[in-house]
Amino acid sequence: MHQLTLAEIARGLAAKEFSSVELTRALLARIHQLDPQLNAFISVTEDLALQQAQAADARRAAGENGALLGAPIAHKDLFCTQGVRTSCGSKILDNFVAPYNATVVEKLANAGAVSLGKLNMDEFAMGSANESSHYGPVKNPWDLERVPGGSSGGSAAAVAARLLPAATGTDTGGSIRQPAALTNLTGLKPTYGRVSRWGMIAYASSLDQGGPLARTAEDCALMLQAMAGFDPKDSTSVDQPLDDYLGELNKPLDGLRIGLPKEYFGAGLDPRIAEIVMASVEELKKLGASVKEISLPNMKHAIPAYYVIAPAEASSNLSRFDGVRFGYRCANPENLEDLYKRSRAEGFGEEVKRRIMVGTYALSAGYYDAYYLQAQKIRRLIKNDFMAAFAEVDVILGPTTPSPAWKLGEKNNDPVAQYLEDIYTITANLAGLPGLSMPAGFADGLPVGVQLLAPYFQEARLLNVAHRYQQATDWHTRAPAGF
Amino acid sequence: MALERSDVEKIAHLARLGLNEADLPRTTETLNNILGLIDQMQAVDTAGIEPLAHPLEATQRLRADAVSEENRRDAYQAIAPAVQDGLYLVPKVIE
Amino acid sequence: MQWETVIGLEIHAQLATQSKIFSGSATTFGAEPNTQASLIDLGMPGVLPVLNEEAVKMAVKFGLAIDAEIGRKSVFARKNYFYPDLPKGYQISQYELPIVGKGHLDITLEDGTVKRIGITRAHLEEDAGKSLHEDFHGMSGIDLNRAGTPLLEIVSEPDIRSAKEAVAYVKAIHALVRYLGICDGNMNEGSLRCDCNVSVRPKGQAEFGTRAEIKNVNSFRFIEKAINHEVQRQIELIEDGGKVIQETRLYDPNKDQTRSMRGKEEANDYRYFPDPDLLPVVIEQDFLDTVRATLPELPQQKRERFQAEFGLSAYDASVLSASREMADYFEKVAGICGDAKLAANWVMVELASLLNKSDLEIEQSPVSAEQLGGMILRIKDNTISGKIAKMVFEAMANGEGTADQIIEAKGLKQVTDSGAIESMLNEVLAANAEQVEQYRASDEAKRGKMFGFFVGQAMKASKGKANPQQVNELLKKKLEG
Repeated sequence: MHQLTLAEIARGLAAKEFSSVELTRALLARIHQLDPQLNAFISVTEDLALQQAQAADARRAAGENGALLGAPIAHKDLFCTQGVRTSCGSKILDNFVAPYNATVVEKLANAGAVSLGKLNMDEFAMGSANESSHYGPVKNPWDLERVPGGSSGGSAAAVAARLLPAATGTDTGGSIRQPAALTNLTGLKPTYGRVSRWGMIAYASSLDQGGPLARTAEDCALMLQAMAGFDPKDSTSVDQPLDDYLGELNKPLDGLRIGLPKEYFGAGLDPRIAEIVMASVEELKKLGASVKEISLPNMKHAIPAYYVIAPAEASSNLSRFDGVRFGYRCANPENLEDLYKRSRAEGFGEEVKRRIMVGTYALSAGYYDAYYLQAQKIRRLIKNDFMAAFAEVDVILGPTTPSPAWKLGEKNNDPVAQYLEDIYTITANLAGLPGLSMPAGFADGLPVGVQLLAPYFQEARLLNVAHRYQQATDWHTRAPAGF
Repeated sequence: MALERSDVEKIAHLARLGLNEADLPRTTETLNNILGLIDQMQAVDTAGIEPLAHPLEATQRLRADAVSEENRRDAYQAIAPAVQDGLYLVPKVIE
Repeated sequence: MQWETVIGLEIHAQLATQSKIFSGSATTFGAEPNTQASLIDLGMPGVLPVLNEEAVKMAVKFGLAIDAEIGRKSVFARKNYFYPDLPKGYQISQYELPIVGKGHLDITLEDGTVKRIGITRAHLEEDAGKSLHEDFHGMSGIDLNRAGTPLLEIVSEPDIRSAKEAVAYVKAIHALVRYLGICDGNMNEGSLRCDCNVSVRPKGQAEFGTRAEIKNVNSFRFIEKAINHEVQRQIELIEDGGKVIQETRLYDPNKDQTRSMRGKEEANDYRYFPDPDLLPVVIEQDFLDTVRATLPELPQQKRERFQAEFGLSAYDASVLSASREMADYFEKVAGICGDAKLAANWVMVELASLLNKSDLEIEQSPVSAEQLGGMILRIKDNTISGKIAKMVFEAMANGEGTADQIIEAKGLKQVTDSGAIESMLNEVLAANAEQVEQYRASDEAKRGKMFGFFVGQAMKASKGKANPQQVNELLKKKLEG
């Protein structure tokens, strides 16, 4: 049963081949059996899951028939879940039982999805290896000695290992797409503002966006349909009707214009990956697409700009973790300053502190113009590049990551080396564009992802291209040995 | 713009992060490495470019002025480190 | 040396919205601690702000009333600092692009001259909570009910030259925000709070001296005392060869002193940047027009109208337009009695002293405008004299009914029957025959003085009810004989 995709589960539940309770029990058992190897879960909410499954079965018995009704999923542990610990992968929130639900959690629950628990992640979503979690690193099911990517590493590992058909994630600089690529999944970062950020613990507010990770584009479409939509509680949420993501999946690709940015294929890209990307292009051509070289000249400035904007916003967003109203408080504070300094020093991990420091510096008196403002100007240059490119092509295609999954600990002592891994993904966050990573092959047994980018609000187009590609290929169906 | 130890101490104070004496040299070095990466940005000519704060450049929506919240103090304070008589407790604030 | 005082004020006015600026919590004053602190006000992880439309309207109203440029695009920024009453570790405020730009307000000084005070800007921001410093075993208690209450921070130019001017300015702002209905102006509850930037310079010097900021001075009286004290302190300091340092000081009304606030002056670096959770606020022409249409008549317009329409002096007009309630009361009285000057007199003298004695606001006046107007009508139609009117007024204040009821019940109706007055006068003159002789023997100057004696005796004999004008005329006739 664990091999079923969301779409297959929907059909099975509808046909009464199995109940949600049966499915939930089976997956919970599998989580108990296999997750110790992976460390994908921070919390498994068994009782709640069974209650939700029973409720879903009851709704179905009463005649309801939603696609996600009774389907098991899990949430990245930065989506607030009322009554359930929401840790953000941090010691500072280890004791934080959220007093409310994130909109995404609420929407999926209303659709009848059964949440099995909360998934491991890089602390405060800062990282691309899932090694900065207070709850320990997550292992990649394709090679337990390797990282699953991050920051939605728990989501990726759990879905790749067939502990779940789909999970929520968030993507600030690639945190859905990069782990999806490293674990042979399909992951979608929607347009900024498409999915509500209410209840999603902020890393960098102008870049953060929630989205799904699943094994197929079809499953991502099912998830996005439930997750997305206008939310009056989020000022940056966009009041625009949703497309019919499922309905558009099968549209033919005839006439699709694909842009290949020449900057994506320069030095630094693993040649094995370059080859796989080009093979995927050939496949899409067979499906009717045409290809054109384009240029995104400002891409090379994206990493510096991103590593100013994201830490600057984070340094402010994370000020609320002060040991006063919730979360970790140091023992026996001598005075107010001691309370702040020790609670935060003991509660945050190294990478989080590093980014808070960088962000604080970038915003401090005398440096604001040179750093934050300059980064925002570069942000516009990057957006302008994309706008120019999308005047000529429908989607942009390239690698999701410069290399496949690396060994645990390999880049731990070199933050800058890890930051460089984000090169292909962060431009979409800076410009706010939707992006998708899909499985496209293997390099020495390790999954390789291809990234597709589209104009604002064209998630349906991305899912359509990925789905047609997945109809013609079988990379996405490959499962890691032992799972 | 390489940071000195005193800069790092100042930043840590602004961010209210306790610093470990022993870690200071390493922290300073790592921060300087990161700033080295970031400083590549300084070479970019952005004259005449408007900063972009939000990708979609939308405008703020306004909420009707209505009370929609009820008192949930007990639930909110159940997760607080220290409360008394409905107040959050902190070490004495000196003005 | 002659010193000149330079003052600029920052006034924080809590806007009278139902809910907070970024959350749906109530803003009622005096609730149990933390019962009006929602997820957003507490700065819980994952929460987001959404801007209250009414707060924007109120800010724009204020801007229009001070003839300011309205920021057609304003931006909320985060002011970052750690303090236990600031839940998120940053205050959402406006920095580079405020909603209200440059404007001005005219104030009337005691001598009736009008002075224009420049207003640099006014911006929207959220209030902080409160730290209660009662001793919880060496701890402070934090109440976040106030956190997120909308504030309009009104920043003046350094145009103010004395403590009295400062008070006049704060009073004018106070009146204005209450006229506009955007702030209840209750200074005891902190609805209107004032920070004073004070410096001194030798008279004639162009550059400003170093200023000190006095925080949170929360009554008109304290503003005057705190500024005067601070000016004195700075002059003495400089004259003793010292130097004023730029710092934040706190006024202690008990000791009538300002003292330095330790720690606050430590290099504040607020790291302002645009709040990424909020988008730019764009004010469209429609919105502006709608708000403009809701503007009431403002104090200055009212003042001018009172002078033109009722012939009041500049001073009277400014006192009577000081608050909307006062102006409404006055206009009602004047309307009923048809004599604006008499109405102005009664409101400014007898009513004001009554209210002052019992420490009441005009809206709590025990004598209604209808009652006062009705009473003045009786003065005008000679039913009662001005003197009797004071008795009637007092009786009305004691809740004894309308002027007519009181006049009737107490038999205060003025005697205007000249026959009755004459016979009463005859009795008075007969009883004071000696004085009559003296009067008749005196010269013009002396007679003038003595005449008052006879009037007094006559009024006494009539228990004040005889019409004074008739008494005067008849008495003169009889004495001149």
